[in-house]
Amino acid sequence: MIPPDIAPAVPEIFLAATSLLLLLLGVSQRGGEGSGRVVGWLGVVALVITLFLMRTTTGPRAEAFGGLFVTDGFAVFMKAIILAGSAFTILISAEYNQKRRVDRFEFPVLILFATVGMMAMVSANNLISLYVGLELQSLALYVLAAFRRDNQKSSEAGLKYFVLGALSSGMLLYGASLIYGWGGSTSFDQLAIVLGKPGAAASVGVIIGIVFLSVGLAFKCSAVPFHMWTPDVYEGAPTPVTAFFAVAPKTAALALFFRTFLGPFGHLAPEWSQVIWAMSLLSMALGAYAAISQTNVKRLMAYSSISHVGYALIGLVAATPAGVQGVLVYMAIYLFMTLGAFCVILTMERAGQPVETIADLAGLSRTKPLTALALAIFMFSLAGVPPLAGFLGKIMVFMAAINAHLYVLATLGVLTSVVGCYYYIRVVKLMYFDEPAPAFDGGEGYGQVRAVMAVSALVVVLLILGIGFVAQQASAAAQSLFS
Amino acid sequence: MIGIPYHLSLVTFLPLAGALWLVVLRGEEAAVARNARWIALGVSLLDFVLSVLLWVNFDPKSAEFQFVEQANWIPSMHIGYHMGIDGISLFFVLLSTLLTPICIISAWEAVKIRVKEYMIAFLILETMMVGTFCALDLIIFYVFFEGVLIPMFLIIGVWGGVRRVYSAFKFFLYTFLGSVLMLLAILALYWQLGTTDIPTALHAAIPKTMQPWLWLAFFASFAVKTPMWPVHTWLPDAHVEAPTAGSVILAGVLLKMGGYGFIRFSLPLFPDASVTFAPLIYTLSVVAIIYTSLVALAQEDMKKLIAYSSVAHMGLVTIGAFTLSPQGLQGAMFQMLSHGIVSSALFLCVGVVYDRLHTREIARYGGLADNMPNYALVFMVFMLASVGLPGTSGFVGEFLALLGAFQVNTWVALLATTSLILGAAYMLYLYRRVVFGTITKSDVRAMLDLSWREKLVFAPLIALVFWMGVYPASFLDPMKPSLAALIARSHVATAVEPTHVAEATP
Repeated sequence: MIPPDIAPAVPEIFLAATSLLLLLLGVSQRGGEGSGRVVGWLGVVALVITLFLMRTTTGPRAEAFGGLFVTDGFAVFMKAIILAGSAFTILISAEYNQKRRVDRFEFPVLILFATVGMMAMVSANNLISLYVGLELQSLALYVLAAFRRDNQKSSEAGLKYFVLGALSSGMLLYGASLIYGWGGSTSFDQLAIVLGKPGAAASVGVIIGIVFLSVGLAFKCSAVPFHMWTPDVYEGAPTPVTAFFAVAPKTAALALFFRTFLGPFGHLAPEWSQVIWAMSLLSMALGAYAAISQTNVKRLMAYSSISHVGYALIGLVAATPAGVQGVLVYMAIYLFMTLGAFCVILTMERAGQPVETIADLAGLSRTKPLTALALAIFMFSLAGVPPLAGFLGKIMVFMAAINAHLYVLATLGVLTSVVGCYYYIRVVKLMYFDEPAPAFDGGEGYGQVRAVMAVSALVVVLLILGIGFVAQQASAAAQSLFS
Repeated sequence: MIGIPYHLSLVTFLPLAGALWLVVLRGEEAAVARNARWIALGVSLLDFVLSVLLWVNFDPKSAEFQFVEQANWIPSMHIGYHMGIDGISLFFVLLSTLLTPICIISAWEAVKIRVKEYMIAFLILETMMVGTFCALDLIIFYVFFEGVLIPMFLIIGVWGGVRRVYSAFKFFLYTFLGSVLMLLAILALYWQLGTTDIPTALHAAIPKTMQPWLWLAFFASFAVKTPMWPVHTWLPDAHVEAPTAGSVILAGVLLKMGGYGFIRFSLPLFPDASVTFAPLIYTLSVVAIIYTSLVALAQEDMKKLIAYSSVAHMGLVTIGAFTLSPQGLQGAMFQMLSHGIVSSALFLCVGVVYDRLHTREIARYGGLADNMPNYALVFMVFMLASVGLPGTSGFVGEFLALLGAFQVNTWVALLATTSLILGAAYMLYLYRRVVFGTITKSDVRAMLDLSWREKLVFAPLIALVFWMGVYPASFLDPMKPSLAALIARSHVATAVEPTHVAEATP
């Protein structure tokens, strides 16, 4: 039997062990090009099994490792998003890596390691385990960003990400040490008790610590003003890695935001909520305005992801179950529309070389009608136009904002979404209104990418039918943070 | 009468099913185009028949919502799929289902590229339009209301004129901007009432301190859609660049969503704020009537002229609605229906000559009465209906709306009446320049009169214009109980005694 002190972490332990096994398998294979296929598929299987384990082994709320690690409904929901994002990434990366001749087994293994790190982040119940999870994920991601090591841009992206990421990790660690120094514990439960004492005013040290912590987390989920790295890294990293960056680590960092700010620091909401308020608004606004002048489609998606983090942070400012529910739904939807959009970007290829400017999409509706339709669906969804899924996510988040009386933030938020709408529909305009550019020839050999694209498009279109179920799951998950 | 199960959902989603059928259509391009036309026509005609059955089965004595359907949608948040129609929405549904097949026939030969996609866009548009008028849940309403944007954006942008991209963006962003504010108001209502169910909301009292804000948020959306001066500027651009059928739907149905929204939501939900802001509405409407009429007088482009005339006519609608008198409201409703038919027909008239000469410039025409007598007749009927000649539909609506306005404020009525005079001026001037005179250009001389397909398009519209003008009771009677209930509710809420005896109390 599994000891009860370990049982809640079984999915993570399984995934970590499998990753190590796959690493061994990869090494023992004849290495080099082409070694990624088998390992990749096994990795996907491992992720699916982890998802399944997670659904069956966890109850309402359980702690492991003496309280360092916690699972609850919130963690399960967020981890499900991360696992799905990782599995989809491995699926869409295989063909890309083959064509770029970087089809190595390390790729899926690194994704799995990052996933383990992210799961640990989501379940962190202690500043130490928080940092361990964060670093495991970050180190794997640095390597992934530079995975096309013979490509200058990719190496540059990796280096940039590493330098700035290390800096932010340092800040986060510094904040954690301040919190420990003034709060007297690294355990979230203990901190909640200490900081939540009635009448106890928060000390300056704790508040500065929280600010540093939020800087580190804002960097990881690329919220303004710590977003500088995002466009460069997104542009330089191999496209499947960019897709991964846009989805999984962002979700994990947001989950950590909620876990810490509504957990141990929940009683200090008046102290931090204005910081998050400003971050949220700045992210939404900068994401919307800066994207307008972009010509590279990956940079466009980078700014788009920045503004979406802004919308998600509204849920944190609200600091209510409705807010958490909104963000859970939002991130689940965001996963599909963003991944789907990146699938389309992956197929943008002429004569074997990837093309990345937005202008290359001109007239896509003539040359590749189905791909164009899919991208149009993702763009309208990202813009938040009903009846597509992105609208449902937005409505949930704004519902929470109105409930928390955040009228100014909500109003400015919807107004920036109109600005953002401009660059999303500009993509549609290029594909549908303009004369065709030379056709892409990358459609062939991207079977898995097209499958993921089709699944995402169907989810985005049909989610309106199943939103009741998703909302209910998210509602139950959100409650677990407040019990 | 035999009831049809899920009648409203069927009417709403049948076109969507048709669109899905078209999506899977495969084969040689010419054959696909031909089949797409016939399928789209068949589906939309069937939908029209189904919606006529709604009218037949409709109980005109009741003010309640009929054909109600309810289903769970987001049960954890008490948001449900709720559909139903009353006297206010019934005719808008019919208007939508009538104009769609007309649009499809009118585009039969005019649209040559991407025919399948064109038909798909129109069928999806039809679902969204019908859904907007049937929705009895605010969120569902919003989904349909905004869902209109995607197909319309594509229709203008793909099949439009030279400046289509600019117009499509302007249309999309303008309407989106107005609507997102309404979305926030809907969410605020949700937290206030605990539900977004429209019938529940209509019977609830919204705190007086909240009403002005919510009213303004709804106003932002509906004012853009109606459109009211000064946020009307997207309309002339959109109309000019849209293909003929797009203009028809735009003028015929999409503008009515704004007026419908005012009558369905702003008036009954926020009765106090509606009274407070009525002077604002009157002012903007009067300015719209006078200013856009004068602008229309100076236009060189046929479509632009009719577009500006739409703004002026819709100004009369908003005045009528906010008088909150039976005559004013009936006038507003009737004017919307009449304008839906007449302005659509006028755009079709422009389309007829545009298809032949490919210009909308008024000066390029002249003397069409000589070689296109049938066209001249048809154009004249709609021109006079637009002016409000007694015996046509336009007269009834304008007369009732002005009657309502007169009871409330003589000055408003006086200034609004200039709509008739100026309307007559610019429409007759347009007609004189296009139809009368002598033909000086050889290409104009070579133009052929209406084809049988064009006659087929105009015939039902002409019949309706006279029916509505001669016997308006067929249309006014079903809407009277609902409007009377609305007025009664609003007077109770604002605790103002009705200034006169309502003529039809259920």
